[in-house]
Amino acid sequence: MTDLWEALSVALSLVVGLDRELVDIVGLSLRVSLTAVTMAALIGLPLGAALTVARFPGRGVCIVALNSLMGLPPVVVGLIVYLMLSRAGPLGVFGLLFTPAAMIIAQTVLITPIIASLSRQITDDLWSEYREQLRSLGVSRRRAVTTLLWDGRIGLLTAVLAGFGRASAEVGAVMIVGGNIDNVTRVMTTTIAMETSKGNLALALGLGIVLIAISLIVNGLTFGLGVATRFEKAPA
Amino acid sequence: MTGSILPLRVTGLTYQPGSRRLVDDVSFELTAGMRTVILGPNGAGKSLTLRLCHGLIPPSAGLIAWGDGNIPSAYLTRRQAMVFQKPVMLRRSTAANISHALACHGVKRRDRPARVAEALARTGLEALARTPARVLSAGEQQRLALARAWILRPEVMFLDEPTASLDPSSTRSVEDIILAIHNAGTKIILTTQDLGQAKRIADEILFLDRGRLIERATANEFFAGPATPEARAFISGELIMPKHLPRQTKDLASE
Repeated sequence: MTDLWEALSVALSLVVGLDRELVDIVGLSLRVSLTAVTMAALIGLPLGAALTVARFPGRGVCIVALNSLMGLPPVVVGLIVYLMLSRAGPLGVFGLLFTPAAMIIAQTVLITPIIASLSRQITDDLWSEYREQLRSLGVSRRRAVTTLLWDGRIGLLTAVLAGFGRASAEVGAVMIVGGNIDNVTRVMTTTIAMETSKGNLALALGLGIVLIAISLIVNGLTFGLGVATRFEKAPA
Repeated sequence: MTGSILPLRVTGLTYQPGSRRLVDDVSFELTAGMRTVILGPNGAGKSLTLRLCHGLIPPSAGLIAWGDGNIPSAYLTRRQAMVFQKPVMLRRSTAANISHALACHGVKRRDRPARVAEALARTGLEALARTPARVLSAGEQQRLALARAWILRPEVMFLDEPTASLDPSSTRSVEDIILAIHNAGTKIILTTQDLGQAKRIADEILFLDRGRLIERATANEFFAGPATPEARAFISGELIMPKHLPRQTKDLASE
Protein backbone atom coordinates (compact mmCIF):
# COMPACT_ATOMS: atom_id res chain seq x y z
CA MET A 1 0.00 0.00 0.00
CA THR A 2 2.90 2.32 0.86
CA ASP A 3 4.37 1.61 -2.58
CA LEU A 4 1.09 2.57 -4.20
CA TRP A 5 0.86 5.90 -2.36
CA GLU A 6 4.50 6.56 -3.08
CA ALA A 7 3.95 5.80 -6.78
CA LEU A 8 0.87 8.02 -6.83
CA SER A 9 2.79 10.83 -5.16
CA VAL A 10 5.62 10.59 -7.70
CA ALA A 11 3.06 10.33 -10.50
CA LEU A 12 1.39 13.55 -9.40
CA SER A 13 4.73 15.31 -9.15
CA LEU A 14 5.54 14.17 -12.70
CA VAL A 15 2.24 15.58 -13.94
CA VAL A 16 2.39 18.83 -11.99
CA GLY A 17 6.09 19.31 -12.76
CA LEU A 18 5.45 18.71 -16.48
CA ASP A 19 8.08 15.99 -16.66
CA ARG A 20 9.77 16.16 -20.05
CA GLU A 21 9.32 12.46 -20.90
CA LEU A 22 5.68 12.50 -19.84
CA VAL A 23 4.95 15.65 -21.83
CA ASP A 24 6.56 14.18 -24.97
CA ILE A 25 4.55 10.99 -24.67
CA VAL A 26 1.27 12.86 -24.07
CA GLY A 27 2.03 15.20 -26.98
CA LEU A 28 2.63 12.33 -29.39
CA SER A 29 -0.47 10.50 -28.14
CA LEU A 30 -2.66 13.54 -28.71
CA ARG A 31 -1.13 14.19 -32.12
CA VAL A 32 -1.77 10.61 -33.23
CA SER A 33 -5.27 10.25 -31.78
CA LEU A 34 -6.54 13.69 -32.82
CA THR A 35 -5.23 13.21 -36.36
CA ALA A 36 -6.84 9.77 -36.52
CA VAL A 37 -10.14 11.13 -35.17
CA THR A 38 -10.11 13.99 -37.66
CA MET A 39 -9.53 11.62 -40.56
CA ALA A 40 -12.11 9.14 -39.28
CA ALA A 41 -14.67 11.93 -38.81
CA LEU A 42 -14.05 13.26 -42.32
CA ILE A 43 -14.75 9.78 -43.68
CA GLY A 44 -17.22 8.39 -41.15
CA LEU A 45 -19.66 11.27 -40.65
CA PRO A 46 -20.59 11.74 -44.33
CA LEU A 47 -20.50 7.98 -44.87
CA GLY A 48 -23.03 7.41 -42.07
CA ALA A 49 -25.31 10.21 -43.27
CA ALA A 50 -25.05 9.01 -46.88
CA LEU A 51 -26.10 5.52 -45.77
CA THR A 52 -29.10 7.08 -44.07
CA VAL A 53 -30.23 8.95 -47.17
CA ALA A 54 -29.28 6.47 -49.89
CA ARG A 55 -31.48 3.58 -51.00
CA PHE A 56 -29.75 0.81 -52.94
CA PRO A 57 -29.73 -2.98 -53.07
CA GLY A 58 -27.53 -4.34 -50.29
CA ARG A 59 -27.94 -1.28 -48.07
CA GLY A 60 -29.02 -3.48 -45.16
CA VAL A 61 -25.94 -5.66 -45.59
CA CYS A 62 -23.74 -2.54 -45.57
CA ILE A 63 -25.35 -1.34 -42.33
CA VAL A 64 -24.95 -4.74 -40.65
CA ALA A 65 -21.32 -4.90 -41.82
CA LEU A 66 -20.64 -1.40 -40.55
CA ASN A 67 -22.19 -2.17 -37.16
CA SER A 68 -20.13 -5.36 -36.95
CA LEU A 69 -16.93 -3.46 -37.73
CA MET A 70 -17.53 -1.34 -34.61
CA GLY A 71 -16.23 -4.27 -32.61
CA LEU A 72 -13.09 -4.79 -34.68
CA PRO A 73 -10.37 -6.35 -32.47
CA PRO A 74 -7.51 -3.81 -32.31
CA VAL A 75 -4.81 -6.45 -32.63
CA VAL A 76 -6.39 -7.72 -35.84
CA VAL A 77 -6.47 -4.17 -37.21
CA GLY A 78 -2.86 -3.80 -36.12
CA LEU A 79 -1.93 -7.03 -37.88
CA ILE A 80 -3.70 -6.07 -41.13
CA VAL A 81 -2.18 -2.58 -41.18
CA TYR A 82 1.21 -4.15 -40.34
CA LEU A 83 0.92 -6.51 -43.32
CA MET A 84 -0.10 -3.63 -45.61
CA LEU A 85 2.76 -1.39 -44.48
CA SER A 86 5.49 -3.99 -44.10
CA ARG A 87 8.21 -4.01 -46.73
CA ALA A 88 6.55 -6.92 -48.60
CA GLY A 89 3.09 -5.33 -48.35
CA PRO A 90 1.35 -3.20 -51.00
CA LEU A 91 2.13 0.03 -49.14
CA GLY A 92 5.61 -1.01 -48.00
CA VAL A 93 7.21 1.34 -50.49
CA PHE A 94 6.19 4.33 -48.36
CA GLY A 95 8.25 3.13 -45.38
CA LEU A 96 5.57 4.02 -42.84
CA LEU A 97 5.89 1.03 -40.52
CA PHE A 98 7.01 1.93 -36.99
CA THR A 99 6.23 5.62 -37.49
CA PRO A 100 3.45 7.77 -36.01
CA ALA A 101 1.82 7.75 -39.47
CA ALA A 102 1.33 3.99 -39.20
CA MET A 103 -0.29 4.45 -35.79
CA ILE A 104 -2.60 7.12 -37.24
CA ILE A 105 -3.62 4.77 -40.05
CA ALA A 106 -4.33 1.92 -37.61
CA GLN A 107 -6.41 4.12 -35.32
CA THR A 108 -8.29 5.60 -38.29
CA VAL A 109 -9.16 2.12 -39.54
CA LEU A 110 -10.26 1.18 -36.03
CA ILE A 111 -12.54 4.12 -35.30
CA THR A 112 -13.97 5.02 -38.72
CA PRO A 113 -16.64 2.27 -38.45
CA ILE A 114 -17.54 3.50 -34.95
CA ILE A 115 -18.06 7.08 -36.10
CA ALA A 116 -19.80 6.03 -39.33
CA SER A 117 -22.18 3.65 -37.58
CA LEU A 118 -23.08 6.13 -34.84
CA SER A 119 -23.44 8.85 -37.47
CA ARG A 120 -25.89 6.65 -39.39
CA GLN A 121 -27.96 5.99 -36.28
CA ILE A 122 -28.07 9.66 -35.28
CA THR A 123 -28.88 10.95 -38.76
CA ASP A 124 -31.44 8.18 -39.27
CA ASP A 125 -33.57 9.60 -36.44
CA LEU A 126 -33.29 13.05 -37.97
CA TRP A 127 -34.04 11.77 -41.47
CA SER A 128 -37.30 10.17 -40.38
CA GLU A 129 -38.35 13.64 -39.22
CA TYR A 130 -36.93 15.68 -42.15
CA ARG A 131 -37.49 13.31 -45.09
CA GLU A 132 -40.79 14.66 -46.40
CA GLN A 133 -39.81 18.29 -45.94
CA LEU A 134 -36.50 17.85 -47.76
CA ARG A 135 -38.09 15.78 -50.51
CA SER A 136 -40.75 18.45 -50.88
CA LEU A 137 -37.96 20.99 -51.38
CA GLY A 138 -36.48 18.70 -54.01
CA VAL A 139 -33.07 18.59 -52.35
CA SER A 140 -30.26 16.50 -53.78
CA ARG A 141 -28.86 13.65 -51.72
CA ARG A 142 -25.71 15.66 -51.19
CA ARG A 143 -27.69 18.59 -49.79
CA ALA A 144 -29.70 16.19 -47.61
CA VAL A 145 -26.46 14.77 -46.20
CA THR A 146 -25.06 18.20 -45.36
CA THR A 147 -28.38 19.24 -43.80
CA LEU A 148 -28.44 16.14 -41.61
CA LEU A 149 -24.79 16.59 -40.61
CA TRP A 150 -25.32 20.21 -39.64
CA ASP A 151 -28.60 19.74 -37.80
CA GLY A 152 -27.33 16.63 -36.02
CA ARG A 153 -24.02 18.24 -35.09
CA ILE A 154 -24.37 17.93 -31.34
CA GLY A 155 -25.22 14.23 -31.45
CA LEU A 156 -22.50 13.68 -34.02
CA LEU A 157 -19.96 15.34 -31.77
CA THR A 158 -20.72 12.59 -29.28
CA ALA A 159 -19.97 10.04 -32.00
CA VAL A 160 -16.63 11.72 -32.66
CA LEU A 161 -15.96 11.76 -28.94
CA ALA A 162 -16.66 8.04 -28.75
CA GLY A 163 -14.13 7.58 -31.54
CA PHE A 164 -11.57 9.67 -29.70
CA GLY A 165 -12.13 7.65 -26.55
CA ARG A 166 -11.53 4.43 -28.43
CA ALA A 167 -8.46 5.81 -30.22
CA SER A 168 -6.77 7.32 -27.18
CA ALA A 169 -7.34 4.18 -25.07
CA GLU A 170 -6.15 1.75 -27.75
CA VAL A 171 -3.02 -0.35 -27.16
CA GLY A 172 -2.85 -3.44 -29.38
CA ALA A 173 -2.88 -1.91 -32.87
CA VAL A 174 -0.47 0.94 -32.14
CA MET A 175 1.88 -1.46 -30.36
CA ILE A 176 2.03 -3.68 -33.47
CA VAL A 177 2.41 -0.98 -36.14
CA GLY A 178 4.27 1.57 -33.99
CA GLY A 179 6.62 -0.78 -32.16
CA ASN A 180 6.63 1.38 -28.99
CA ILE A 181 9.96 2.95 -29.91
CA ASP A 182 11.25 5.44 -27.36
CA ASN A 183 10.91 9.06 -28.53
CA VAL A 184 9.43 7.92 -31.85
CA THR A 185 6.21 5.92 -31.42
CA ARG A 186 5.80 5.63 -27.66
CA VAL A 187 2.32 6.80 -26.69
CA MET A 188 0.45 6.88 -23.38
CA THR A 189 -1.20 3.47 -23.57
CA THR A 190 1.85 1.55 -24.80
CA THR A 191 4.01 3.30 -22.18
CA ILE A 192 1.54 2.44 -19.39
CA ALA A 193 1.58 -1.22 -20.48
CA MET A 194 5.36 -1.32 -20.70
CA GLU A 195 6.14 0.63 -17.51
CA THR A 196 3.64 -1.42 -15.50
CA SER A 197 5.29 -4.64 -16.63
CA LYS A 198 8.66 -3.14 -15.61
CA GLY A 199 7.27 -2.15 -12.20
CA ASN A 200 7.68 1.58 -12.87
CA LEU A 201 4.25 2.49 -11.55
CA ALA A 202 4.90 6.21 -11.14
CA LEU A 203 5.14 7.03 -14.84
CA ALA A 204 2.30 4.59 -15.64
CA LEU A 205 0.03 6.22 -13.05
CA GLY A 206 1.04 9.72 -14.17
CA LEU A 207 0.06 8.90 -17.73
CA GLY A 208 -3.16 7.28 -16.49
CA ILE A 209 -4.08 10.48 -14.68
CA VAL A 210 -3.46 12.50 -17.85
CA LEU A 211 -5.52 10.04 -19.92
CA ILE A 212 -8.49 10.37 -17.59
CA ALA A 213 -8.09 14.16 -17.43
CA ILE A 214 -8.14 14.37 -21.23
CA SER A 215 -11.31 12.32 -21.33
CA LEU A 216 -12.96 14.60 -18.75
CA ILE A 217 -11.90 17.75 -20.61
CA VAL A 218 -13.20 16.49 -23.94
CA ASN A 219 -16.51 15.48 -22.36
CA GLY A 220 -16.79 18.85 -20.66
CA LEU A 221 -16.10 20.67 -23.91
CA THR A 222 -18.74 18.64 -25.70
CA PHE A 223 -21.29 19.38 -23.01
CA GLY A 224 -20.46 23.09 -23.05
CA LEU A 225 -20.63 23.20 -26.82
CA GLY A 226 -24.03 21.54 -26.71
CA VAL A 227 -25.39 24.18 -24.38
CA ALA A 228 -23.82 27.03 -26.34
CA THR A 229 -25.07 25.92 -29.74
CA ARG A 230 -28.58 25.02 -28.66
CA PHE A 231 -29.83 28.49 -29.42
CA GLU A 232 -27.35 29.64 -31.97
CA LYS A 233 -28.26 31.00 -35.35
CA ALA A 234 -27.16 28.47 -37.92
CA PRO A 235 -26.08 29.24 -41.44
CA ALA A 236 -28.07 27.66 -44.24
CA MET B 1 -37.64 26.37 -68.46
CA THR B 2 -40.50 28.77 -67.79
CA GLY B 3 -44.26 28.51 -68.05
CA SER B 4 -47.14 27.11 -66.08
CA ILE B 5 -47.23 23.60 -64.63
CA LEU B 6 -51.05 23.76 -64.46
CA PRO B 7 -53.49 22.24 -65.06
CA LEU B 8 -53.07 19.24 -62.79
CA ARG B 9 -54.82 16.20 -64.25
CA VAL B 10 -55.35 13.23 -61.96
CA THR B 11 -56.76 10.08 -63.54
CA GLY B 12 -57.71 6.88 -61.73
CA LEU B 13 -55.40 7.68 -58.83
CA THR B 14 -55.14 4.70 -56.50
CA TYR B 15 -53.00 4.04 -53.46
CA GLN B 16 -53.08 0.60 -51.90
CA PRO B 17 -50.02 -0.21 -49.78
CA GLY B 18 -51.57 -3.37 -48.33
CA SER B 19 -54.93 -5.04 -48.52
CA ARG B 20 -56.85 -1.77 -47.99
CA ARG B 21 -57.31 0.74 -50.76
CA LEU B 22 -56.66 4.10 -49.14
CA VAL B 23 -57.14 6.20 -52.27
CA ASP B 24 -59.55 4.61 -54.71
CA ASP B 25 -59.73 5.57 -58.37
CA VAL B 26 -59.75 9.32 -57.86
CA SER B 27 -59.88 11.56 -60.92
CA PHE B 28 -60.04 15.34 -61.20
CA GLU B 29 -58.51 18.28 -62.99
CA LEU B 30 -57.39 21.46 -61.27
CA THR B 31 -56.69 24.70 -63.05
CA ALA B 32 -55.08 27.95 -61.96
CA GLY B 33 -56.92 30.58 -60.01
CA MET B 34 -59.46 28.91 -57.79
CA ARG B 35 -58.70 27.94 -54.22
CA THR B 36 -59.37 24.22 -54.05
CA VAL B 37 -60.29 22.63 -50.74
CA ILE B 38 -60.25 18.86 -50.36
CA LEU B 39 -62.79 18.18 -47.68
CA GLY B 40 -63.68 15.00 -45.88
CA PRO B 41 -63.70 13.14 -42.58
CA ASN B 42 -60.71 11.40 -40.97
CA GLY B 43 -59.42 8.56 -43.08
CA ALA B 44 -60.96 9.93 -46.27
CA GLY B 45 -57.59 9.93 -48.03
CA LYS B 46 -57.18 13.72 -48.19
CA SER B 47 -53.57 13.87 -47.01
CA LEU B 48 -52.59 10.87 -49.11
CA THR B 49 -54.10 12.46 -52.21
CA LEU B 50 -52.08 15.60 -51.53
CA ARG B 51 -48.85 13.61 -51.01
CA LEU B 52 -49.48 11.62 -54.17
CA CYS B 53 -50.06 14.77 -56.21
CA HIS B 54 -46.94 16.41 -54.74
CA GLY B 55 -44.89 13.31 -55.60
CA LEU B 56 -43.92 12.37 -52.07
CA ILE B 57 -45.30 8.86 -52.52
CA PRO B 58 -45.76 6.89 -55.73
CA PRO B 59 -49.30 5.84 -56.63
CA SER B 60 -50.24 2.16 -56.89
CA ALA B 61 -52.17 2.97 -60.06
CA GLY B 62 -53.37 5.97 -62.01
CA LEU B 63 -51.82 8.98 -63.59
CA ILE B 64 -50.80 12.40 -62.32
CA ALA B 65 -50.07 14.75 -65.19
CA TRP B 66 -48.98 18.38 -64.96
CA GLY B 67 -49.33 20.95 -67.71
CA ASP B 68 -48.84 19.49 -71.15
CA GLY B 69 -47.43 16.32 -69.64
CA ASN B 70 -43.87 17.00 -70.79
CA ILE B 71 -42.60 19.11 -67.90
CA PRO B 72 -39.22 18.02 -66.48
CA SER B 73 -39.53 16.66 -62.93
CA ALA B 74 -36.92 19.09 -61.55
CA TYR B 75 -38.96 22.04 -62.82
CA LEU B 76 -42.15 20.51 -61.44
CA THR B 77 -40.55 20.19 -58.00
CA ARG B 78 -39.35 23.79 -58.06
CA ARG B 79 -42.80 25.11 -58.94
CA GLN B 80 -44.58 23.35 -56.06
CA ALA B 81 -44.38 23.66 -52.29
CA MET B 82 -46.06 21.84 -49.46
CA VAL B 83 -46.97 22.81 -45.91
CA PHE B 84 -47.56 19.91 -43.56
CA GLN B 85 -50.04 19.54 -40.72
CA LYS B 86 -47.15 19.24 -38.28
CA PRO B 87 -44.51 21.56 -39.70
CA VAL B 88 -40.99 20.20 -39.85
CA MET B 89 -38.69 22.67 -38.20
CA LEU B 90 -34.98 22.34 -38.88
CA ARG B 91 -32.76 22.68 -35.81
CA ARG B 92 -31.91 26.24 -36.78
CA SER B 93 -33.16 29.74 -36.24
CA THR B 94 -36.37 31.00 -37.85
CA ALA B 95 -34.39 32.95 -40.46
CA ALA B 96 -32.03 30.04 -41.14
CA ASN B 97 -35.01 27.76 -41.83
CA ILE B 98 -36.11 30.09 -44.62
CA SER B 99 -32.57 30.58 -45.83
CA HIS B 100 -32.10 26.80 -46.03
CA ALA B 101 -35.13 26.47 -48.31
CA LEU B 102 -33.73 29.19 -50.56
CA ALA B 103 -30.35 27.47 -50.63
CA CYS B 104 -32.05 24.21 -51.62
CA HIS B 105 -33.60 26.05 -54.57
CA GLY B 106 -30.24 27.39 -55.66
CA VAL B 107 -30.71 31.02 -54.57
CA LYS B 108 -27.28 32.64 -54.28
CA ARG B 109 -26.00 33.31 -50.77
CA ARG B 110 -25.83 37.09 -51.31
CA ASP B 111 -29.48 37.19 -52.40
CA ARG B 112 -30.83 35.23 -49.46
CA PRO B 113 -30.89 37.82 -46.63
CA ALA B 114 -33.24 40.14 -48.53
CA ARG B 115 -35.55 37.26 -49.46
CA VAL B 116 -35.52 36.00 -45.87
CA ALA B 117 -36.38 39.47 -44.57
CA GLU B 118 -39.21 39.68 -47.11
CA ALA B 119 -40.63 36.32 -45.99
CA LEU B 120 -40.40 37.24 -42.32
CA ALA B 121 -42.13 40.56 -42.93
CA ARG B 122 -44.95 38.98 -44.92
CA THR B 123 -45.71 36.54 -42.12
CA GLY B 124 -45.07 38.83 -39.14
CA LEU B 125 -42.10 36.89 -37.86
CA GLU B 126 -39.44 39.64 -38.01
CA ALA B 127 -39.02 39.78 -34.25
CA LEU B 128 -38.45 36.03 -34.11
CA ALA B 129 -35.80 35.90 -36.85
CA ARG B 130 -33.03 34.72 -34.52
CA THR B 131 -35.22 32.51 -32.36
CA PRO B 132 -34.66 28.75 -32.73
CA ALA B 133 -37.53 27.49 -34.86
CA ARG B 134 -38.23 24.55 -32.58
CA VAL B 135 -39.11 26.76 -29.62
CA LEU B 136 -41.71 28.78 -31.53
CA SER B 137 -45.37 28.26 -30.69
CA ALA B 138 -47.44 25.97 -32.92
CA GLY B 139 -49.00 28.96 -34.68
CA GLU B 140 -45.64 30.65 -35.22
CA GLN B 141 -44.17 27.41 -36.55
CA GLN B 142 -46.98 27.09 -39.08
CA ARG B 143 -46.47 30.71 -40.14
CA LEU B 144 -42.78 29.95 -40.58
CA ALA B 145 -43.67 26.88 -42.65
CA LEU B 146 -45.85 29.10 -44.84
CA ALA B 147 -43.11 31.72 -45.12
CA ARG B 148 -40.61 29.02 -46.07
CA ALA B 149 -42.89 27.67 -48.76
CA TRP B 150 -44.06 31.07 -50.05
CA ILE B 151 -40.57 32.52 -50.47
CA LEU B 152 -39.87 29.84 -53.07
CA ARG B 153 -42.55 31.54 -55.21
CA PRO B 154 -44.35 28.33 -56.08
CA GLU B 155 -47.08 28.17 -58.67
CA VAL B 156 -48.94 25.55 -56.63
CA MET B 157 -48.97 25.23 -52.86
CA PHE B 158 -50.32 22.13 -51.13
CA LEU B 159 -51.48 22.64 -47.56
CA ASP B 160 -52.26 19.60 -45.48
CA GLU B 161 -54.63 20.61 -42.67
CA PRO B 162 -52.38 23.56 -41.79
CA THR B 163 -54.51 24.71 -38.84
CA ALA B 164 -55.50 21.35 -37.39
CA SER B 165 -53.81 21.94 -34.05
CA LEU B 166 -54.09 25.72 -33.79
CA ASP B 167 -56.23 28.01 -31.66
CA PRO B 168 -58.73 30.36 -33.38
CA SER B 169 -56.38 33.33 -33.32
CA SER B 170 -53.50 31.41 -34.88
CA THR B 171 -55.92 29.83 -37.35
CA ARG B 172 -57.01 33.30 -38.42
CA SER B 173 -53.38 34.42 -38.91
CA VAL B 174 -52.58 31.33 -40.97
CA GLU B 175 -55.70 31.73 -43.10
CA ASP B 176 -54.85 35.39 -43.76
CA ILE B 177 -51.43 34.33 -45.00
CA ILE B 178 -52.96 31.60 -47.18
CA LEU B 179 -55.29 34.16 -48.77
CA ALA B 180 -52.35 36.53 -49.30
CA ILE B 181 -50.40 33.73 -50.99
CA HIS B 182 -53.38 33.09 -53.24
CA ASN B 183 -53.74 36.79 -54.04
CA ALA B 184 -50.06 36.80 -55.04
CA GLY B 185 -50.89 34.27 -57.75
CA THR B 186 -50.26 30.87 -56.20
CA LYS B 187 -52.75 28.06 -56.70
CA ILE B 188 -53.93 26.85 -53.29
CA ILE B 189 -54.85 23.19 -52.75
CA LEU B 190 -55.76 22.68 -49.13
CA THR B 191 -57.13 19.75 -47.15
CA THR B 192 -59.30 20.24 -44.12
CA GLN B 193 -62.10 18.65 -42.16
CA ASP B 194 -63.07 22.02 -40.71
CA LEU B 195 -66.29 23.16 -42.41
CA GLY B 196 -65.81 26.75 -41.24
CA GLN B 197 -62.38 26.88 -42.77
CA ALA B 198 -63.63 25.33 -45.99
CA LYS B 199 -66.35 28.01 -46.21
CA ARG B 200 -63.82 30.78 -45.56
CA ILE B 201 -61.19 29.60 -48.01
CA ALA B 202 -62.72 27.45 -50.73
CA ASP B 203 -63.69 28.50 -54.21
CA GLU B 204 -64.28 24.86 -55.08
CA ILE B 205 -64.67 21.72 -53.00
CA LEU B 206 -63.54 18.17 -53.65
CA PHE B 207 -65.33 15.96 -51.14
CA LEU B 208 -63.56 12.69 -50.37
CA ASP B 209 -64.87 9.80 -48.30
CA ARG B 210 -63.23 6.41 -47.73
CA GLY B 211 -60.63 7.10 -50.38
CA ARG B 212 -63.12 8.00 -53.11
CA LEU B 213 -63.97 11.34 -54.66
CA ILE B 214 -67.66 11.58 -53.86
CA GLU B 215 -68.51 15.06 -55.02
CA ARG B 216 -67.01 18.09 -56.71
CA ALA B 217 -68.70 21.46 -56.74
CA THR B 218 -68.12 25.17 -56.30
CA ALA B 219 -68.09 26.15 -52.63
CA ASN B 220 -71.38 28.01 -52.96
CA GLU B 221 -73.13 25.05 -54.57
CA PHE B 222 -71.64 22.56 -52.14
CA PHE B 223 -72.65 24.39 -49.00
CA ALA B 224 -76.05 25.40 -50.40
CA GLY B 225 -76.97 21.78 -51.00
CA PRO B 226 -74.57 18.94 -51.45
CA ALA B 227 -75.57 16.41 -54.06
CA THR B 228 -74.55 13.24 -52.24
CA PRO B 229 -75.85 11.72 -48.97
CA GLU B 230 -72.26 11.36 -47.67
CA ALA B 231 -71.57 15.07 -48.13
CA ARG B 232 -74.95 15.98 -46.63
CA ALA B 233 -74.23 13.81 -43.60
CA PHE B 234 -70.79 15.36 -43.20
CA ILE B 235 -72.10 18.92 -43.42
CA SER B 236 -74.91 18.23 -40.98
CA GLY B 237 -72.39 16.85 -38.50
CA GLU B 238 -73.51 13.25 -38.66
CA LEU B 239 -70.78 10.73 -38.03
CA ILE B 240 -69.66 8.80 -41.06
CA MET B 241 -68.39 5.44 -39.88
CA PRO B 242 -65.67 3.86 -41.99
CA LYS B 243 -66.71 0.49 -43.40
CA HIS B 244 -63.78 -1.31 -41.83
CA LEU B 245 -64.76 -0.54 -38.23
CA PRO B 246 -66.15 -3.46 -36.19
CA ARG B 247 -69.90 -3.84 -36.18
CA GLN B 248 -70.09 -3.26 -32.42
CA THR B 249 -68.41 0.12 -32.80
CA LYS B 250 -70.89 1.11 -35.50
CA ASP B 251 -73.80 0.06 -33.31
CA LEU B 252 -72.49 2.11 -30.41
CA ALA B 253 -72.08 5.15 -32.62
CA SER B 254 -75.58 4.90 -33.95
CA GLU B 255 -77.17 4.66 -30.50
